[in-house]
Amino acid sequence: MKTDSRLEKILAAGHLAVTSECGPPRGAQPDKVREKGRYLHGIVDAVNVTDNQTAMVRMSSLAASVLLKQEGLNPLYQLVTRDRNRLAMQADILGAYSLGIDTMLCLSGDHTKFGDHPMAMNVHDIDSIQLIQMVKKMRDEGLFQGGAEIKGAPKMFIGAAANPFADPFELRVLRLAKKIAAGADFIQTQCIFNVEKFEKWMEGVCARGLHKQCYILAGVTPIKSVGAARYMKTKVPGMDVPQEIVDRMASVPKEKQPEEGIAICVETIQRLKKVEGVAGFHIMAIDWEEKVKEIVERAGLLPRPQV
Amino acid sequence: MITAERKPLEELIEYVRPYKRVLLVGCNECVTVCAAGGRKEVGLLASGLHMALLKSGVTIEIREHTLERQCDPEYVEELVPMTDGVDAIISMACGCGVQEVARRFKGKPVFPAVNTKFMGASERQGVWAERCQGCGDCLLGRTGGVCPIARCAKQLMNGPCGGSTGGHCEIGDDVDCAWALIWDRLKELGQEERFVEIMPAKDWRPGGGSGPRKIIREDLAE
Amino acid sequence: MDNFEPVIVAFCCHYCAYTAADMAGSQRLSYPPNVKIIRVPCSSKVDALHIVKAFEKGADGVYVAGCLEGDCHFKNGNSRAARLVEHVQKYMDEIGIESERLEMVMMSAGMGYRFAQKATEITEKIRKLGPSPIHAAIGRQERDVCIMTE
Repeated sequence: MKTDSRLEKILAAGHLAVTSECGPPRGAQPDKVREKGRYLHGIVDAVNVTDNQTAMVRMSSLAASVLLKQEGLNPLYQLVTRDRNRLAMQADILGAYSLGIDTMLCLSGDHTKFGDHPMAMNVHDIDSIQLIQMVKKMRDEGLFQGGAEIKGAPKMFIGAAANPFADPFELRVLRLAKKIAAGADFIQTQCIFNVEKFEKWMEGVCARGLHKQCYILAGVTPIKSVGAARYMKTKVPGMDVPQEIVDRMASVPKEKQPEEGIAICVETIQRLKKVEGVAGFHIMAIDWEEKVKEIVERAGLLPRPQV
Repeated sequence: MITAERKPLEELIEYVRPYKRVLLVGCNECVTVCAAGGRKEVGLLASGLHMALLKSGVTIEIREHTLERQCDPEYVEELVPMTDGVDAIISMACGCGVQEVARRFKGKPVFPAVNTKFMGASERQGVWAERCQGCGDCLLGRTGGVCPIARCAKQLMNGPCGGSTGGHCEIGDDVDCAWALIWDRLKELGQEERFVEIMPAKDWRPGGGSGPRKIIREDLAE
Repeated sequence: MDNFEPVIVAFCCHYCAYTAADMAGSQRLSYPPNVKIIRVPCSSKVDALHIVKAFEKGADGVYVAGCLEGDCHFKNGNSRAARLVEHVQKYMDEIGIESERLEMVMMSAGMGYRFAQKATEITEKIRKLGPSPIHAAIGRQERDVCIMTE
């Protein structure tokens, strides 16, 4: 065991882990964070707190993580390299650990072009893989990136993201290998609709034994409407939504579509359970946190194990 | 080369409006190549300014001259006789040239006529694209000759990110994914193992991280 | 300016437009004397500076005449010229001269009638538009000079 992270304990014990997501509000509204947290109590092992997602300014992931911790949840603190230099990131990691946060996800972040401040600089002092290396060095060597000693090293369980659906496909396994070599302990993937393609990626992953070096959590998202399905298919870079899914959503009347979206999500989880190397699930139900309980329950993943 | 684009005429008209006699100076190097500030563009701008001001009843005398380049004091010195009686100088050179002219002619207001953009190369006639950001520690030998700092929107050194689609960057179909290009080149060169090597966090000091940069050649400088 | 006679400059390519002008002449097809023809080897030889200087010197209208689409003696000079004309029209908007005063025209060597027709059409268009603002301003300046010297 590298850390005291609850997520690590669950994965190390061999259980299928379940994580979900909470997007902080676009204002100083702590109650909104608590409200989302309440839907996830006892349902998931950790809650990702996004960091200025889609380059839109929101309450900081650090602050929102602390609020969730106070509500008795286990926050998974996300940090993107787009907005902070290495000094600020190391400072935030020390602060997060001091406030009881021990699990984090290292990401590059969406380009500012997509957000509400396209005029801002994209910092990227370091990239996501260098961030993983940096956090590992802080944890395992007790050293800052610059080399000086840290008094009170943060024991973070280090996560990263993987996208089996981005191009070029042949690089996607290599990139995962790089993240693991840099020090990633666990991975959450982009949401999966094209299970065949995911299976193909996992074949490459398992062939290199990467699933044994790192826990892989498969990402899923319930679709709310056929419009949402089409949007994700055409407008979101790096997402693969097969036409059958869009057609299936379109085949039911509007009022029934949310139900259909949840059914697809649960079926996807059931299929993914059978894929070698899958260590858990990451359910991204953006602005639909109230449905996570139903999904986890129908997928046979409740109650959550006690460790 | 350094690329630039002429500022909107509206802005330039406001710069020169208060003056009776201005000197418009072009540069024969980079801005000539990207058709922004060479001899021809000096002629076009002088004509345009003259006409725009004439319309509102303002007559202005515009002297035109193009230097070999404006970033060397020896060339800027050639302007001395031309600045006699001139109220202001407008430089069509990149920011480097404008500043050298301003430094030499402290008593005259100096205005930039172009917006300096980036260091780049010509993709085809009339199209120039960014290629280098002067990071001071060139790593092109490791990336098959494609720069991830200048050409990746997130300057990733261990790319590509999850937004790379069909060889394009997530920010748009008109931008290549630098890491897709790098991967293709490494494959062609049989250097795939370079992709697997992790590039550690960059030291940005050579790239301007420790302030405005200078090169001093001891063998050449007195 | 009651009897305004527009001054039009026509850059005509040797292979098509200029030959068409010649043909118009030999066919006794009349066209307004307002049009001053300048022969160029190809319409793409016309530089932005030529057009802009023409307006600066007081031309009320300018047109660039080249070969028909696909027929340029130098392959694609006429399309390059058309692109240049569009580019200069934008510059004219910035300067404050109506961009309709500049036009790209295409014709074949045998179209004497088209040359004459276009020359007449454009002259009338410019006559209606009136003198270019630069021509007018130059006129005002000259009058002021005359008044000063009286």
